[in-house]
Amino acid sequence: MDMKATKKKLGMKERYRALTRDLGWEPSYQDKDAIFPYASYEGIKVHDWDKWEDPFRLTMDAYWKYQAEKERKFYAIIDAHAQNNGHLNITDARYLSALKIFLQAISPGEYAAHKGFARAGREFPGVGTQVACQMQAIDELRHAQTQIHAMSNYNRYYDGFHAFADARDRIWYTSVARSFFDDAMSAGPFEFMIAIGFSFEYVLTNLLFVPFMSGAAYNGDMATVTFGFSAQSDEARHMTLGLECIKFMLEQDPDNLPIVQAWIDKWFWRGFRVLGLVSTMMDYMLPKRVMSWREAWDIYGVENGGALFKDLARYGIRPPKGWDDAEKAIDHMSHQFMLGLYQWSFGTSFHSWIPSDEDMDWLSAKYPDTFDKYYRPRWAHIRKLKAAGTPFKNYGLARLCQCCQLPSVFTEPDDPTLTCHRETVYKGEKYQFCSDGCMDIFNNEPEKYIQSWLPMPALFSELGGDVGAWMNWVSLRDGVDNGDYDGSTDQQHFNEWRGLATSNL
Amino acid sequence: MSTVFIALQANEDTRPIIDAIALDNPAAVINRQPAMVKIDAPDHLVIRRETIEDQLGRAYDLQELQINLITLSGNVDEDDDTLTLTWNS
Amino acid sequence: MTVKSIKDYVGVSRDRVENFNGKQLVYVSWDHHLLFASPFLLCLPPETPFAAMVSGPLTALVQPDPDAAAVDWRTVEWLKDNAPFTPDFSRSLAANGIGHKDQIRFRTPGLNALLNAA
Repeated sequence: MDMKATKKKLGMKERYRALTRDLGWEPSYQDKDAIFPYASYEGIKVHDWDKWEDPFRLTMDAYWKYQAEKERKFYAIIDAHAQNNGHLNITDARYLSALKIFLQAISPGEYAAHKGFARAGREFPGVGTQVACQMQAIDELRHAQTQIHAMSNYNRYYDGFHAFADARDRIWYTSVARSFFDDAMSAGPFEFMIAIGFSFEYVLTNLLFVPFMSGAAYNGDMATVTFGFSAQSDEARHMTLGLECIKFMLEQDPDNLPIVQAWIDKWFWRGFRVLGLVSTMMDYMLPKRVMSWREAWDIYGVENGGALFKDLARYGIRPPKGWDDAEKAIDHMSHQFMLGLYQWSFGTSFHSWIPSDEDMDWLSAKYPDTFDKYYRPRWAHIRKLKAAGTPFKNYGLARLCQCCQLPSVFTEPDDPTLTCHRETVYKGEKYQFCSDGCMDIFNNEPEKYIQSWLPMPALFSELGGDVGAWMNWVSLRDGVDNGDYDGSTDQQHFNEWRGLATSNL
Repeated sequence: MSTVFIALQANEDTRPIIDAIALDNPAAVINRQPAMVKIDAPDHLVIRRETIEDQLGRAYDLQELQINLITLSGNVDEDDDTLTLTWNS
Repeated sequence: MTVKSIKDYVGVSRDRVENFNGKQLVYVSWDHHLLFASPFLLCLPPETPFAAMVSGPLTALVQPDPDAAAVDWRTVEWLKDNAPFTPDFSRSLAANGIGHKDQIRFRTPGLNALLNAA
């Protein structure tokens, strides 16, 4: 790109002031509290909204210019991808499982974030905040659209992409992300900002977008790299907004500290559970891997999150309550999750598989303390069952966590051989959880989480336990979209088409 | 000490920008990864418009960085001439 | 703590027992046997005899584990609400005090082929 940088009449700071605060006004015939009815009930005290400033000082006119340029770059590559058999240039069709999960679970989250920021932009009284939320609302809509558009090219050739909206609403492994966003969207505007702007964007999206998208590049998936990095260029602004927002709250009034800390504790853990999916995509679903989930966590979790919380310590903020439990889970979570996805693969709109010897050796090198000790024996046994003609399918389904809604595949923080069992009784009814983090979140706001719609219990309450009817309802085509990659039509097609692309038969 | 970082897409637009960042930040470490370049620095990193313009051979608006930015870490401050990232200031 | 809200906020549980058409949910977990990625979810009438739950769905579900054949159901150690529990095999789930969404665990000390294989 060769943009013209013209000499501006106003400096950046003056422009920012003119196009944010100078657009606001004091209401004369309506009460401010009536105009912004949701600004105070969460208990956050704000004395001076003008102290809010976007450190990038991005104004709407510049925003349109740069976003338009990003879109032009994005569509140039999407066109090239479609015109040049991009669907055959990936390393292996196993890779597509990661994309299917992304499309079913994550892209709808972008749309949810769009709705949330549109609302937050209306509910915050400060003009700088309103403008920043408006930009982010448009960004998130763009992310949902560009992701769906980029992946639609694969839908022409491969299974499991066709009904992502039904999967988002109804299937079981997407509900962790859906409930995360539903929880945030049903909170007040300040909590929403901590949930999405701070915990998700600042602490966690690096783990979602950066190493995974770099992985997409490694696996020849030009379309995904492009939407990933195009989206992530906005995330840098979102992260900065999230960090500014938290500093703003903490600087405005000392009474805000305990409220903000409780939200950080809650939303770190909720976000960490969403990353369970991402850890599995990174360690198991990329045929060519850039780095392990553990390595990514060390860079973006330990090092970057550590730097952030050290910096925020001057306000009295400490690292999130679940931080130590998270660290203990890092070397286990991707394996625990993939074992679950494989044994319940009759109910997934993507394929999973038993890792090859080469894959297992890689996992063993990346997880020297855990893989050979705990997880290799299970995979080896599962491979034996398959060789004997009795492939492992666990029709026992799973106990879902009342809070994060994931199957309880996680173990005690200090005993990787024992499932973590936590339960509580509220108003005479029993509730089950996957961890202390999730149980604490429930106990703080039980009236919210008793309403969770849990997909596996719903199979019995709404469909009488009829798995075939459930598959129709979630738009999953049995024997096509689900099951082992080995022997799937995706596998057959990829091998056949790749052969056609490189020969003249 | 904490690490601040900025990651940019690896492309023709960013090559002179990365050179400029390296010139202005002797302590920075440039990590080249698939499709991206991640630049780490201890506690502080500064990006100067003038240095980029020297490398690029044309006028440059620092906000153009938005187009090729992947991610960053640290407290941000930007004006017409510099963009800085800092921890523990 | 309650939900912060602008007016009274009362939720309704989505998984109340009356939504399960006369049945109830029971979770069952075999300690230290993580071939099964999560506790099982069973949906059974509360009148189901404990023995029938064990010899029926539970026995079938644990088959893929190499220890399954060696389990003696009469001698395993049971837990309910994460505390020791002695079920009466001849009586129903309800009569054993196993309510909707309760979890049963069982332990088989000495049996853990997939753990020792390492």
